[in-house]
Amino acid sequence: MTTFAEPAPPRRARLTLTPGELPGHAAELLDQGFRLALVGGHDDRPAGGGLRVVHLFTDPTTDTRTELHVPLDPATPHVPSLAALSFPAGRFERETRDLFGIVPDGHPLPRRLVRHFHWPRGWYPMRSDAGPPSAFGDVDGPYPFRTVDGAGVYEIPVGPVHAGMIGPGHFRFSVVGETVLKLKARLWFVHRGIEKHVEGRAPADALPIAERISGDTTVGHALAFCQAVEEATGALVGADARVVRAVLLELERLHNHAADIGALCNDVGHGILNAHALRVREQLLRVNDRVSGHRLLRGAVVLGGTATVRLPDPAELAGIAADVAEIVDLALGHSVVRDRFAGTAALTQQQAADLGTLGYVARASGLTADARFDHPTVAGLPRHPSRVDARGDVLARFLIRAEEFADSVAMISALVARPAAAAADHDQPQPARGTASGVGIVEGWRGTIVHRVELGPEGTVRRLKVVDPSFLNWPALPVALTGSIVPDFPLVNKSFNLSYAGNDL
Amino acid sequence: MNPLGVAGGVLQAVVIVGGAPLVVGLMRQIRARLEGRAGAGVAQPWRDLRKQLRKQPASPRGTSEIYRSAPVLLVATTLVVAVVAPFVTTASALPAVADLFVVVALLALGTVMIALAGIDTGTAFGGMGASREVTILALVEPTVLVAIFALSVRAGSTNLSAIVGSVLDDPARLVSPASLLAAVALVVVIVAETGRLPVDNPATHLELTMVHEAMVLEYAGPDLALVELGSAMRLSVYLGLLANLFVPWGVATGPGVAALAVGVAAFAVKVTLLAAALALAEVFLAKLRLFRVPELLAGSFLLALLSVTTAYVLV
Repeated sequence: MTTFAEPAPPRRARLTLTPGELPGHAAELLDQGFRLALVGGHDDRPAGGGLRVVHLFTDPTTDTRTELHVPLDPATPHVPSLAALSFPAGRFERETRDLFGIVPDGHPLPRRLVRHFHWPRGWYPMRSDAGPPSAFGDVDGPYPFRTVDGAGVYEIPVGPVHAGMIGPGHFRFSVVGETVLKLKARLWFVHRGIEKHVEGRAPADALPIAERISGDTTVGHALAFCQAVEEATGALVGADARVVRAVLLELERLHNHAADIGALCNDVGHGILNAHALRVREQLLRVNDRVSGHRLLRGAVVLGGTATVRLPDPAELAGIAADVAEIVDLALGHSVVRDRFAGTAALTQQQAADLGTLGYVARASGLTADARFDHPTVAGLPRHPSRVDARGDVLARFLIRAEEFADSVAMISALVARPAAAAADHDQPQPARGTASGVGIVEGWRGTIVHRVELGPEGTVRRLKVVDPSFLNWPALPVALTGSIVPDFPLVNKSFNLSYAGNDL
Repeated sequence: MNPLGVAGGVLQAVVIVGGAPLVVGLMRQIRARLEGRAGAGVAQPWRDLRKQLRKQPASPRGTSEIYRSAPVLLVATTLVVAVVAPFVTTASALPAVADLFVVVALLALGTVMIALAGIDTGTAFGGMGASREVTILALVEPTVLVAIFALSVRAGSTNLSAIVGSVLDDPARLVSPASLLAAVALVVVIVAETGRLPVDNPATHLELTMVHEAMVLEYAGPDLALVELGSAMRLSVYLGLLANLFVPWGVATGPGVAALAVGVAAFAVKVTLLAAALALAEVFLAKLRLFRVPELLAGSFLLALLSVTTAYVLV
């Protein structure tokens, strides 16, 4: 009988800094290979404090999580901008400014990001004294799109309402002939106030909300939230439950990747493969239903464990994987489909790294970021070296999904075959109770999801900050698209398949 | 103007207007079944037309008469072709109009009107679709002219009825290189002209990839019904021309109710079979990158040119 050494608990470090000290520490961490995983604003005034910014850095090689806390004076909340050090930092700072009014000094692009055009000026929805959403008031002033000059350049505005069943987003193409010179995506049309909504709730009441952040990432967000709360409360999660959670996470990856593989074929007009991919997806949803009682796995992850009926049958999944492999072979064997995929909208490895991309977008461009291995919760998962030629084009993003589908099925088979652990022996050691803050890092099907939770003394959620991979991946889409042609945009967009809901909380 | 021509012309118009939406419905149904879907049924395009015709007319603010007249002109020009070209009978109501150049020009006129209407809306999609459509049109029209011209060499006339009649007189010429090359060239341009795969995807909802649909996005209600009817009729007219130029048997050459009935039945069978073959082929096709479309059309023009050359050389 094989036994698996449990992964060591993540190492946590926490520093409280003055605003002036922040850039030096951040630069040092980034130089050591840390990734800026999350920046969250905090309003501690109800607890007798001021405003505060928390920067969470994670190290993929040692699973170290370092938090830099910067308390701020509520009267003049200013922090020095880190945008020159890290592109994601600049995005997080704009978000924090829009929601908390915390101003990043020296930001190269101090424009609104998540603020809706019609929010009243000076209204910061995440502050404790923000009150209920006020009526749309004074608009924030004009925010024109940058116009591209030149002979024959014209603009194509698309959205925010689209023909398909997707979220709202406005795309402004500057085009000459059919070639895209510049694309500007403007999102954040439906701020739902999710982070505000969970404040003051008991974690068990907040979980159903976290689970619904993005409809296709039920397990990813629920698990990240549970991990964060469990770390904050010091709750132990048995080895068996962690194995089942890993299985659920892969099941979610399977049905989403199957749908994407079909949708990519459909977007080049090869509908027959989409029909088959949708058939496969339906089989997977039925597997989900048998495993958890819900086709999209809602309610399967609970605080401290899981609530599943049974484990999936590896033989059935192997049959489905064979079907998917055949669909992929048929797609790649079709010369027109291959021609449409290959070389379209390449994102170079350098670009992917600079933008801080995650998930299959990053892996298709040759990066290795994967929280399943960088921040493990289950021991003994073999990291497959990617077999995909990392050119960062649509073909690479198609192939990486196909590869991950096969790997996920293999992973589920290995996990399901594990003997039940003698519960107490394999419990993952947890930090001592009472830190009252916790971080959950999960490789959702789109990429790394990070939740950071702070609990109040009575055990309710005082602050939840959520980072969906789409927040970091959206800027990669216009970069990859530059130089492509307009009719290829829907295909390129589908190859990224970014979430509007996960991006706009 | 002979009585047979008039009767045939009326009959052709009725058959094509009534049958064209059914042909579209049949193609969608075949595709649905081959993809494992139930499909909406062959009559669904007619149900859609009925629904749209009952709606209130609406046109975007700022559009001119071009926008409002384009759907009518599209249907009208196609209807003229449906009346005069040899589909059910070779006796044409207006023999002078059943000419290769007139027919091609009439069909092009409808396309140009819709392209102008697309530009008239002032939207980015309309202009984008019009630009793509005209690019394709510029490559398609010479091919159609040259390909049919190759067939007219033997007949010694550019009158379509005469061409069809001459094939009936001498079927052996159908297997000539000129005829076969012209047939392949025509199939490619018909696919392009009617907005089918691999040039355009009639089933997509993605505006940025559209060609034909992008131009007519703003149409609604009865105007949209006319545009869709016109598009369906063009498909049937093109398929009918292809059928009768290369497989003319069954077409009525003399008077008589029986001959006309046979003509209608033969025409319906031929168009149905061609449409079914097209729908079948589409299942295995994917949409070409837009910039590859000119390569495909240039190839078909080359075939048409070779067809004319061989028609003169290999007499």
